[in-house]
Amino acid sequence: MASREVVETRVIGVARILWLAFVLVVCVVPLLYMLLLSVRPLQTVLSDPLDVIPSLDELNLAAYEKVIASPDDGGYGLLSFFGNSLQLAIGTVVLTVAFSVLGAYAATRLRFPGKNVINTSFFAVYMFPGIVMAIPLFVLFSRMGLRGELFALVIIYLASTVPVSVYMLRNYFRSIPRGLEDAAMVDGCNRTQVITRIVLPLAMPSIAATSLYVFMIAWNEYLFALLFLLERRDNWTVSLGLAQLDDISVSATVLMAGSVLLTLPVVVLFFAAERLLVEGLTAGAEKG
Amino acid sequence: MGRQEAQARDAAGTGDSGAADAAHGAPPGQRPGEPRKRRRWSATTLRAREAVAGLTLVSPTLLIVLLVVVLPFIWTVVMSFQRLRLIDLQNVFDITLTLQNFRTVLGSPDLWEMTRTTLIYSIGGTLLSVGAGLLTALALRQRFPGRMIVRAFVLVPYVIPVVSAALVWRTLLNPQFGPVNVFGTDVLGWDEPIGFLSERYHRVELLGVGMDVPIALLTVIVFEAWKTFPLAFLFILARLQGLPRDLEEAARVDGATPLQRFRYVVLPQLSGVIALLVLLRFIWTFQNFNDVYLLTGGSAGTEVVAVQVYNYLISRNDVGGAAALGLLMSIVLVTAFAFYYRYGVLKQEAEV
Repeated sequence: MASREVVETRVIGVARILWLAFVLVVCVVPLLYMLLLSVRPLQTVLSDPLDVIPSLDELNLAAYEKVIASPDDGGYGLLSFFGNSLQLAIGTVVLTVAFSVLGAYAATRLRFPGKNVINTSFFAVYMFPGIVMAIPLFVLFSRMGLRGELFALVIIYLASTVPVSVYMLRNYFRSIPRGLEDAAMVDGCNRTQVITRIVLPLAMPSIAATSLYVFMIAWNEYLFALLFLLERRDNWTVSLGLAQLDDISVSATVLMAGSVLLTLPVVVLFFAAERLLVEGLTAGAEKG
Repeated sequence: MGRQEAQARDAAGTGDSGAADAAHGAPPGQRPGEPRKRRRWSATTLRAREAVAGLTLVSPTLLIVLLVVVLPFIWTVVMSFQRLRLIDLQNVFDITLTLQNFRTVLGSPDLWEMTRTTLIYSIGGTLLSVGAGLLTALALRQRFPGRMIVRAFVLVPYVIPVVSAALVWRTLLNPQFGPVNVFGTDVLGWDEPIGFLSERYHRVELLGVGMDVPIALLTVIVFEAWKTFPLAFLFILARLQGLPRDLEEAARVDGATPLQRFRYVVLPQLSGVIALLVLLRFIWTFQNFNDVYLLTGGSAGTEVVAVQVYNYLISRNDVGGAAALGLLMSIVLVTAFAFYYRYGVLKQEAEV
């Protein structure tokens, strides 16, 4: 009489497939819809919203041209914001990774006073509300006249991404066998040489993954860009520029074209490094 | 050329001797005439040098966090007791302290409404996010062809920019041409399109019972869960894959059905990671600004505390008010964090 076992196994098997199908649809359809809408003329979208599969002859890139073109040519000038977003994201990545490689190495390999307090406070910073952090910085940078500057934002992004970056790198560094470093020490390397000759080459893939994650955070960031850059249109990021378009009733196809352009770099990077990213984020989680 | 090299060597030499001083010689604060202690220090030279190296390496990170997070937060505390408006930032250094900001914030007529909205939003978003993450992790536990691809696609909502995600949702849910509403009215026979992001309440008749559903609030909760469940999924899956299989196998041999095995064998082992995720997600959702601001702008019964802090700061130019509300908000979060910390410490002790 294994009937209960059999029944439960069957029901769970079916429920599992249904749930997975639901989750996949929910995760992929919005992205697909974004892509499909962006290549169609607005008229067909409005006349039959449920007919989402475009016919080949109506495909066109007019929405992309419109959203990219500079305002002088009747467009929305999104292209000019890509430079700003790139500068911000790359600046943040370089600084954050440089700072956190050192911090993470110290946190995994070295014993020093106050280590646990420091580790815990990094964790606290990671969860600190961005909007509260923004108030004093907003006042400070306004007073110093630096509010619209990109480098001011890089410093803020650096402070807010350094804790998670240290956390990820720590997870990776733990997996590098310590014996190699001890051997190098015995052979006469000093601490700097151990880091540059042994740790960095071995940790390169993990540093790349962490860089990508930090890049994504900086590229996707919205709140600080809104607060600090709003009055400096020439410094707008893609996220901010696109969100501002939504306020002035731009057609849906153009908004979707802009969203595709904003999303594409992140999705490409994510699929390129998915496995490494997942490992870095969850390496501490297996043991509970 | 040669001079430069000499200078470099010189600089390096100074650096070395500095480190050596700190390691070998009397450390700062070490009084003379304590031979036992000094011997201990010289015996553990490597240990002392390690401490110096460790502190040196974390100092840049520490410094930036101190300058950009910790000191500004202390300043926020001060500002919450100052009359400070954005137009005249001259009186930043005016030290006349006042409780006026807290009176404004706590006396605001929609304080209760905002607190309720924020709590429903953060608790609802947290439970939905972690629940969906748990189900998805369980569904993807067993290996099957294409599992890694499914995992990658499930993570998509988490990695895409919040601005894109909000724009797509707004388009999908648009009352005029959004496919969800068109499908509802044309195929499902709804009487009228639903303003998912603009209606405070929508009347739903189910089996003859009418009910006012807070539709906009529900929509932002579902959005939050959709955007963040992949992270919960990822952490729970990692934990699931680390579980020893023999316990479940033993339970199976003893006649436990799949549901019983989940309830009594798997779930208890996941409780740690789930508790952690619930706390983390609560803290993050509680302070979330982007989602609500981009979807509804805080209208239609979705004004959460983060959006109101923003409004104090930008729309009302009331820095003091924003700081006071931000401080109250932080107190809630610090309480949650303290709870976690205590919990985390207890857990670590249990492990040792």
